[in-house]
Amino acid sequence: MLESLIVVLLIGAIAWIGSAIGLTAVFGIVLPYVAVCVFVVGLVRRMIYWAKSPVPFAIPTTGGQEHSLDFIKQDKFDCPNTKWGVFVRMVLEVLLFRSLFRNTRAISFENDPVNNGPRVVYYSSKWLWFFALLFHYCFFLVFLRHFRFFMEPVPACISFVEAVDGVLQIGSPRFFLTGGILLVAILFLLARRIFDQRLRYISLINDYFPLWLLLGIVISGLYLRYFDKAEIAQVKIFIMGLTHFSPVISNLDLNGIFIVHLTLVSTLLIYFPFSKLVHMPGVFFSPTRNLPTNTREVRHINPWNPPSQFFTYPEYEDRYREAMAEAGLPLEKQPKPAE
Amino acid sequence: MAKLPTPQMLMASRPDFPKAAWLDTKPLFAPGSYCYPEKKDTMELLHMPNPHDWDPSAEDWNLPENWEKILCDAFEERLEKHRSLKLFMDICVRCGACADKCHFFLGTNDPKNMPVLRAELLRSLYRRDHAMLGKILGRKIGARKWDKEVVKELFYYAYQCTECRRCSLFCPYGIDTAEITAIVRELMHEVGLGIHWIMDPVKNCSFTGNHLGIQPHSFKEIVEMLADDCETVTGIRPKTPFNEKGHEILFITPSGDVFADPGIYTFMGYLLLFHELDLDYTFSTYASEGGNFGSFTSFNMAKKLNAKMYAEAKRLGVKWILGGECGHMWRVINQYMETYNGPTPDNMVVPTSPITGTVFKHAAATKMVHITEFTADLIRHGKLNLDPSRNDHIITTFHDSCNPARAMGLLDEPRYILKHVCNHFVEMPENTIREQTFCCGAGSGLNTEEIMELRMRSGMPRGNALRYVQQKFGVNHMACVCAIDRATLPPLADYWAPGVNVSGVHELVANALVMKGEGKRTMDLRQEDLPNVDAEEDQ
Amino acid sequence: MLYNKKAVYLGIVILVVLLTAPFWAGLFGQNYTKTGVTKPNEEACIENVEFMRAQHMRLLNEWRDEALRNENRTYIAKDGKKWEISLQNTCMRCHKNYDDFCAKCHLSNSVSPYCWTCHIIPVEGK
Repeated sequence: MLESLIVVLLIGAIAWIGSAIGLTAVFGIVLPYVAVCVFVVGLVRRMIYWAKSPVPFAIPTTGGQEHSLDFIKQDKFDCPNTKWGVFVRMVLEVLLFRSLFRNTRAISFENDPVNNGPRVVYYSSKWLWFFALLFHYCFFLVFLRHFRFFMEPVPACISFVEAVDGVLQIGSPRFFLTGGILLVAILFLLARRIFDQRLRYISLINDYFPLWLLLGIVISGLYLRYFDKAEIAQVKIFIMGLTHFSPVISNLDLNGIFIVHLTLVSTLLIYFPFSKLVHMPGVFFSPTRNLPTNTREVRHINPWNPPSQFFTYPEYEDRYREAMAEAGLPLEKQPKPAE
Repeated sequence: MAKLPTPQMLMASRPDFPKAAWLDTKPLFAPGSYCYPEKKDTMELLHMPNPHDWDPSAEDWNLPENWEKILCDAFEERLEKHRSLKLFMDICVRCGACADKCHFFLGTNDPKNMPVLRAELLRSLYRRDHAMLGKILGRKIGARKWDKEVVKELFYYAYQCTECRRCSLFCPYGIDTAEITAIVRELMHEVGLGIHWIMDPVKNCSFTGNHLGIQPHSFKEIVEMLADDCETVTGIRPKTPFNEKGHEILFITPSGDVFADPGIYTFMGYLLLFHELDLDYTFSTYASEGGNFGSFTSFNMAKKLNAKMYAEAKRLGVKWILGGECGHMWRVINQYMETYNGPTPDNMVVPTSPITGTVFKHAAATKMVHITEFTADLIRHGKLNLDPSRNDHIITTFHDSCNPARAMGLLDEPRYILKHVCNHFVEMPENTIREQTFCCGAGSGLNTEEIMELRMRSGMPRGNALRYVQQKFGVNHMACVCAIDRATLPPLADYWAPGVNVSGVHELVANALVMKGEGKRTMDLRQEDLPNVDAEEDQ
Repeated sequence: MLYNKKAVYLGIVILVVLLTAPFWAGLFGQNYTKTGVTKPNEEACIENVEFMRAQHMRLLNEWRDEALRNENRTYIAKDGKKWEISLQNTCMRCHKNYDDFCAKCHLSNSVSPYCWTCHIIPVEGK
């Protein structure tokens, strides 16, 4: 837990020192390009790696009533038997975290008055769902807001997102809700891991590192907006230089913290394809969710289906023929009459 | 069998999490925590790899000399074969949503019974060989190398999972521990490790057609005895057609229903129902096992045992197959059968109920219909004369079996039937039924005596829920659609909610079924007196 | 050998297109290599250029609060010089040209200050 925090702090410190001693080009130009390449190529490779293995069996988890008799109401989206149903199921899963919404917390009582003995009660527990949803959506919106640095002129839809995000009109520059909520959500996800005994037991450095990293990115981002301000016109010139493959840096005056921010983002991009963060494309591949439950209606093909080898009926009859004849069971071949 | 602690003691005795990190703790093979190993000759007979004698509690498991290479290669092969495995190794974020969804974790509080850690046991090995950072950073990021202790740990926890898929319902990415457990069990089999309670039935199913290895003539005899019992109760002796060609339907049910109380009463229910309908059907002694213990062993073994169904359907020339009440049998039929052994033989057609004319389009490919789908359709069309008051002494609840619930979606069909054959039906708490149902605690081949305390622990969520409706609503009966349930739930009910009986749905159907030409019913199928009958006669 | 090729390729294309959006989104408009701000000819602003560039929005915010809430209309700059707190009379005395000064950066960087909900946007020559 602390190790991964130290790693993140170290990365930040190196970037900061780097920018101070004139290595801005390394952290500001070389690293971002490398990061984007690693990120995109890494993710594509990961997807191809998955796709190289077949889905031998159709194993959807049925989350509701199957499609069977016409007077029994099917749960069309938790147990979809059509492509459309699967599409909706995936949309619900990816956009609304349907499965996580089901979450419960089991609490055991050793002496429950109703049970007159032990009882486990399952309480609805939607906190993880709620903060996970907040985290992902705010992250997405923050990413979207950054398009003001990628596009000239800034399209109206981005300005609209900013207007909504800053609707409270607190301070100048205006406070963006998503940034603050993102910070809170990350802190919640981190606090779960640290204070919940079960979570702490299962958490690895691989779980803390991305959270600390995201925290670093968000804090440095907030810092640049509200405190030691980055000069955004300069930042935009610099970013547009990067995205137009004609980077400019020498005549710009970039805040050291901006370089830290950029370096942490680059680290995230590089780390992404080799970590659990690949759940982003991975969820679309999940065979328990993305297959229709029409497994008795349509044959699913297993490309490596081995040849059938089993104890055949003729072998079976050969073994038990006499006894079967005696019991009056029908036979393919009558036993030889006793001599 | 060792004496069990009281439910209170059992709950209170769940230990806290160990101080040491999970990479540093190792399971203790104490008696009662593991299933007995398979016999060497069973494995030889089945041509399983590396059969050998071994003892789980011993220090040395006599693994084959190149065990590490075997396991590494086998793991690699599984990764190439199953996209699910690659994906589930890669995308878990350890959010912990699955943790308290597992009945084994709730009952034992062993952190490695949290589905996430159960998968981490394998994921840690994956990280070393298949993830770049794992190669560089090793243990720091939860990667480790194979060693014999790791093999023991994998074995231990692969047999403390009933492949019930409850965690996969709650996982935001649909990570299915059943898939991981199934693959770990396959890996264990590569080095000759398996359990007796699974491999012995597999052997019997392979060579005689059913779990206990009952030979064809005895099988027929037992079924005829059950038909005699039907006659005792109803005055009607149902027909028992065996291995006959030219019928419309082949009926296959788990063989447990032929041998074991209370499954036999469900079986009698089938016999009476089919007789009343004058159904054109046959049993088969060759394909006399619906349940598929191969599916607890390996995908190929499941395929091998399942192959008999279509082979027999072809030989007998039936049009379609009707399947009895069984859990994992229906996992295999619903999600694997057509892939394993399809396409179906040419003589088979899309199933159509000969009584109601309903076409079961949803079974167009496998051509196999679940008995509760069949019966619910009959009731809907008013084809059964039912007197639910015969079950008035019963207040029943319904236990959704894991596989029909989460690998099939068979939820309302059995309920529809129950509501028509019983006047008193009560649901257990909502987070313990339907797709969120809890396992009986001993599915996937773990219903063996030597781990009884463990079974009571893993059955705790189900037991608690049952006790709740027993205490609150006076429930005295639990219906289910699974033969393993019918074997495992009675001891579970005796322990957690004494006084609750367990039966299949079709036992209750037959109890309520008013048959043409039947005698006056004074007994139920268990030959226990019906309470309200005596009262009438006294008047 | 890939399985489910069509879906996987489609997924890859969508993913790559979305993730590289910062690069191709810029192609829809023009490049942005300089701010294009025209500085007024006056010798010096109330504070130095670096400070004004980064902190003018905060300064203006404080000015508003001082003038309207505290009725204080005097600002003492870092060099000790006193200035009247007034957007109209102090700032816009030099920064007359809204389009070539304020708007240049604000538009490009999608900054929409709420100065002009009260103040009138200056139009040069009137």
